[in-house]
Amino acid sequence: MNPETSVVEVTLESDLKNVEVAEEITRRVAGTAGFDEDEQQRIEMAVHESMINAIWHGNKNDSSKSVWLQFKILRDRLEIRIRDQGKGFDPHNVPDPLDNENLLNVSGRGIFLIRSFMDEFKVENLNGTGTEVTMVKRLSPEIQTKQGGTDREHESHNTTS
Amino acid sequence: MSMKATIRQVDSVTVVDISGRITLGEGCTQLRELIRDQLGKGNKNLLLNLADVTYIDSSGIGELVSAYTGVSKQGGALKLLNLTKKVHDLLQITKLYTVFDVHDDEASAIASFSKPASA
Repeated sequence: MNPETSVVEVTLESDLKNVEVAEEITRRVAGTAGFDEDEQQRIEMAVHESMINAIWHGNKNDSSKSVWLQFKILRDRLEIRIRDQGKGFDPHNVPDPLDNENLLNVSGRGIFLIRSFMDEFKVENLNGTGTEVTMVKRLSPEIQTKQGGTDREHESHNTTS
Repeated sequence: MSMKATIRQVDSVTVVDISGRITLGEGCTQLRELIRDQLGKGNKNLLLNLADVTYIDSSGIGELVSAYTGVSKQGGALKLLNLTKKVHDLLQITKLYTVFDVHDDEASAIASFSKPASA
């Protein structure tokens, strides 16, 4: 592990109440990484939508299942992984919510918002054991320069809520 | 904080002051029931004041769309008032800002209900 990498890992019970817990952790991690308030809110929203997907669509709102989150602060970016125990989905099969014919659809904007707010987004099917979403938000060169002299102490938390 | 709503009548318009979170689960359910309830009472001119909405997610946006189409189908009108920057930005990137009739002044929003909709 790169000595300048900070890692936070959390395992949460698959319950909608824990979406706000994930949001709170995200705000703190994104703030620590150096993102400004607007960017923190966008990252928080991407995590919110991913948590909803994991709990509601992946784990089918089954509270005996769990959602695992990992936040990795690197010199130039924040990487977030969210893993559920569901059957997965193909993000390419989601209709474009900006098409005129879909504009008044009630659902189908979650993935679009994640893609809008993050720089990278990918979905991996874990051979029938779950689905892992990886999202990346890059730090601007200005923030990297500002934080460049500071070596980050490695820390890892693993908690279940 | 979950969603809270207070309802007041101004002329022929039902103004709903919403605060808190409109998200999947409780917030969306409350909004859906509120709209259904108002339509059931024959209140078809609805102005949603979103000034104190702290959070809205993709499901909340979907619920606003559902409310808009539901009210329109009943021959009424649903308009939005006092969007926060967050909600404004979300409606912009989802291209819904042009769908909703959005106001930032309550008096002009109320007045707009008595004007015929532009073609």
